[in-house]
Amino acid sequence: MNLEIKDLRVFYGKIEAIKGISVSVNQGEIVTLIGANGAGKTTTLKTISGLRPVTSGSIIFNGQDISKLPAHERVELGISQAPEGRGIFPGMTVLENLEIGKYFRKDRKAEMQEDLDKVFQLFPRLKERVTQAGGTLSGGEQQMLAIGRALMARPQVLLLDEPSMGLAPMMIQNIFNIITAINKELGTTILLVEQNAQQALQRANRAYVLETGKVVKEAKASDLLNDPDVRAAYLGTGAH
Amino acid sequence: MSTKNSLRNFNIRDKGAAIWSGWNRFQRTSFGIAMILLAGALPFAGNYSFSNFLNTPISNFADVLVYPVGMFVLMSLGLNIVVGKSGMLDLGYVAFFAIGAYTMAICGKWTDLNTWEILPLGIAFAMIAGVLLGIPTLRLRGDYLAIVTMGFGEIVRITALNTQKIGGPNGMANVPNPPSIHTPVGVLDFNIMTPNSFYWFVLILILLTIWMIRRLSVRRPGRAWEAIRQDEDAAELMGVPTLKYKIWSFTLGAGVGGAAGVVYASKTLYVSPDAFTFNISVLILSCVVFGGIGNIWGVVLGGVFLAYLPERIRFISNARQLVFGLTLVIIMNFRPDGILPRKKREKLHAPAAESGAK
Repeated sequence: MNLEIKDLRVFYGKIEAIKGISVSVNQGEIVTLIGANGAGKTTTLKTISGLRPVTSGSIIFNGQDISKLPAHERVELGISQAPEGRGIFPGMTVLENLEIGKYFRKDRKAEMQEDLDKVFQLFPRLKERVTQAGGTLSGGEQQMLAIGRALMARPQVLLLDEPSMGLAPMMIQNIFNIITAINKELGTTILLVEQNAQQALQRANRAYVLETGKVVKEAKASDLLNDPDVRAAYLGTGAH
Repeated sequence: MSTKNSLRNFNIRDKGAAIWSGWNRFQRTSFGIAMILLAGALPFAGNYSFSNFLNTPISNFADVLVYPVGMFVLMSLGLNIVVGKSGMLDLGYVAFFAIGAYTMAICGKWTDLNTWEILPLGIAFAMIAGVLLGIPTLRLRGDYLAIVTMGFGEIVRITALNTQKIGGPNGMANVPNPPSIHTPVGVLDFNIMTPNSFYWFVLILILLTIWMIRRLSVRRPGRAWEAIRQDEDAAELMGVPTLKYKIWSFTLGAGVGGAAGVVYASKTLYVSPDAFTFNISVLILSCVVFGGIGNIWGVVLGGVFLAYLPERIRFISNARQLVFGLTLVIIMNFRPDGILPRKKREKLHAPAAESGAK
């Protein structure tokens, strides 16, 4: 498994949001993109999953250029995303939300129970709420549901867009523990976009720092944790 | 204020659903058959003293049941696939109705085909129009889609208005009658001389449409539409081919509209561009919203009510539109989600969620 983004450019109308980004994600890694608001993190992720069209550059997944494929076909190839703001279906139950995560799978009936068990093992809370409507879950539970739903598609690479957004500190810890567990136990490669740089850098293998649509730094996550520039810009000083 | 709130919260739909789920298969089937028979017996309502309050003054009751009532219900059901099931705002639905009606008029006058043979053609042409319109426009969302579909509705009408071959502004008169059908059971014969047969024919179309929508709703297309309606981006990220299913929804809705058009033309025997104005699109959309977006039974009720009311109060002539409008405003004020709204699950169990730890 290998995801390679080469010199990616994305425009919103006349505004260039991504100005030539190159990112590579290898099998089994957790890679994180960090940066301030408007740096282009979410746009990069949306372009990889296919929600935004590519202006120029290429996205290569397992040797195949997928930059022209519609989003739903990229899911079939093994790229799943838990979108920003969770994007769960508020009027469907937790179970229905999870089931639709398997929408495209040919033998979804045979796989369903196995994968549901897998998700419920990662997120026992979801099992308790299985008949409850998605819109009535708490923020943390919705995030669990969004990640669980993305896992139902048996992705090779999981794209996570700000999983910590709007969550209480305890829940952030919890979610990041589960993300690490998904990577270690299921072997799923993870591309993580985060504003919570502290947590993201602690969990990730490698990291890219984005600033106004460009990669300004690329290094091992542990190195960036100690990088004075990064500390000053994204980590704050005393706090963590 | 308290009566207003209790009216708002009174949920016939949930009460009905609770009773329905308590029934076994036999009870459900008998209830369904009883309801269909009751609907089938409607044209006779005017003949008996206990039900003749339903009778429409001035217009013939059996005719009113076909147009506008039957047509409105059929079109509302079709539009409900687009607006209610998959959440796309279509303001040009009348275009498909017009295409069906003109198919009937043109094929009926220029070829030897009869109504029954033209019906599938009308549906097919409307569906083709749906695909042709859908492929370029369904990438748009919300208001933008509404404006484009509105434009499409006008294009179809103005094309008919300016095409001399199909009568231009004069329309086409003398559309042939549907031929009789003889069945072994005499009552079920279709004969243009008995006004009720036309109503029963429309009733069958409506039942078929309801059956189709209900089948699709519980299967994969229904799931896909539901996901698209609730969050289109998320649906796409789940591997739902959203464009394909949006076009499907649009096309099915168009087909139902086309069927309504064919029936309309062979009932009124005359089509003209005046019959396919933007007004009709808005009225049909009102039926859907008034009845309860997304709920088949609500939409049927909405269609029946909005089509029947103006005919029933025709005797007050000019004040009729005023009363009609006032009724809409008042009822929508008390029941903003429609008469029979769809189940709103996102609001259920809400207190339980708040007690859950963050």
